[in-house]
Amino acid sequence: MAVGDVIEIEKLTKVYRSGVRRRSVYALRGLDLTVEENEVFGFLGPNGAGKTTTLKILVGLLFPTSGKARILGKPLNHIATKALIGFLPENPYFYEYLTGAELLDFYCRLFGMPKSQRKTRTEELLRRVGLIEAADLQVRKYSHGMRQRLGIAQALVNDPKLLFLDEPMTGLDPVGRRQIRDMIGELRAEGKTIFFSSHILSDAELVCDRVGILIDGKLRNIGRLDEILQPQKALYDAVAVNVDGQVAKRLSKFCRQMVRRANRLYLLIVDDDGLKEAQRLVVGAGGYFESLARTRMTLEDRFIEFIGASANGRRGRK
Amino acid sequence: MRTWALCLNTFRETVRDKVFIILVVFALIMIIASRILGFLSVGQEIKIVKDLGLASISGFSLLVAIFVGTTLVHKEVDKRTVYTIVSKPIRRYHFIVGKYAGLLLTILLNVAVMSICFYLSIKLMGGAWSLDLGMAILLIYVEVMVVTGLALLFSTFASPTLSAIFTFLGYVLGHLSDDLRFFGEQSKNVIVNFLSVPIYYILPNLERFNVKNQVVHNIPVPAKFYAFSIIYGVIYCALLVVVSSFIFERKNLK
Repeated sequence: MAVGDVIEIEKLTKVYRSGVRRRSVYALRGLDLTVEENEVFGFLGPNGAGKTTTLKILVGLLFPTSGKARILGKPLNHIATKALIGFLPENPYFYEYLTGAELLDFYCRLFGMPKSQRKTRTEELLRRVGLIEAADLQVRKYSHGMRQRLGIAQALVNDPKLLFLDEPMTGLDPVGRRQIRDMIGELRAEGKTIFFSSHILSDAELVCDRVGILIDGKLRNIGRLDEILQPQKALYDAVAVNVDGQVAKRLSKFCRQMVRRANRLYLLIVDDDGLKEAQRLVVGAGGYFESLARTRMTLEDRFIEFIGASANGRRGRK
Repeated sequence: MRTWALCLNTFRETVRDKVFIILVVFALIMIIASRILGFLSVGQEIKIVKDLGLASISGFSLLVAIFVGTTLVHKEVDKRTVYTIVSKPIRRYHFIVGKYAGLLLTILLNVAVMSICFYLSIKLMGGAWSLDLGMAILLIYVEVMVVTGLALLFSTFASPTLSAIFTFLGYVLGHLSDDLRFFGEQSKNVIVNFLSVPIYYILPNLERFNVKNQVVHNIPVPAKFYAFSIIYGVIYCALLVVVSSFIFERKNLK
């Protein structure tokens, strides 16, 4: 384990047994991963990729079939380690009959806090996540967004060094997502390390320092966002005017995307050679470029590319 | 402190549960009904009140034990409330012990409320309260502790319906364990003969906690019997909690 690594995962494999024949279903296939101190790490992947399974193994809910992992330099399920982490499960479920304040008090007790400290901490957390007005309301009356914020509050009870957030933005409206994003930023500023899984890529793009893309239980790519989003070939956003159907058909060879609206053609041109060829074709046919700018890939583009490559790989193997 | 937090929370959960309240109301109605029945049986009033009172306390406490106990762990896993608990710095056996202790606390409250009503019924009928009546209630509580332990054990790996069936079977066979051993020993079948001994020791001997008839009919029960029954019950419960913890420690919380 290198200095500064707070999570180190080595060849982690999880196999579930399913059905009467106990068929093996691989959720994770030899996952290797490290997360550094004070970074926001986005663990991305489509549904069923193994993100939640990884998180559940790290926080002690599941046991790996093989492989190992260390958190803050200690093996998994170590009580001393659990005292330093916080966990927000996907769509968190709480005791419905408790009020928000009672629930946080209960979690404080699980950390062995004395009564006076529990009261202060509960108030502090409710204030922080904007639920102080709903402190005495039973959790059953909370909206989805309120539950999510309560979930974050319970994950922060012990002022953890490392936070695991499983799909923290799922089901939230834009305002709710913004609040969670802002909170992640604040927590990083406080020196915490955040490991979060998501399939909402636009949010991940805004808050992550590094991301790992998990597909079929295997890590397909990992790195800083600028490295991952750095395309191998240049990309250009262009709007061409007065281009007929024949030329548009020839242009499609150099474009990743092409959309026609009235006499305008919206293009995403790949590579410098592609740009030269497109310019030659458009100008040669009497048209012109209304706008032209170099652009970068979005995380979503990259993600779709990986999923596509993975699906092709599977088809190839078959 | 952590186990206490889980215990207190389970207590709060069950007390706020409407099913529990309904059971208490039913139990109270039953005790009042026993008084009415007592009036109808001339000369036997106190005996009838004692008999029905003890039966009510036992029956309704067992209902709470089976209905709440069999969902104790399964509900937490099914509703995923366990995720935010097991990820905190607690051992899984803390969770099992806390849930078990919480439900026992609830049943203790249940038994206490019913016992007060029972005591008042006897006093209002002009009867005398005896130490044996108190001891009979204590043994009922120990029996309920054992049945709750069975429900807890089954709820660590089976659905609530299956757990309820298993617990009920455990309860019935537990009351027949002496008979099972006797018939096993009398049997000419070698296998039945051989199996009757381990089955006798594995099943809880719930008849050890049944002194209702003796107490109602004023037949003295030796103090040794009470002491041995309580020690036996507590050891049996401890074993059930250990086995439940062992299963839960290895459970994947999907």
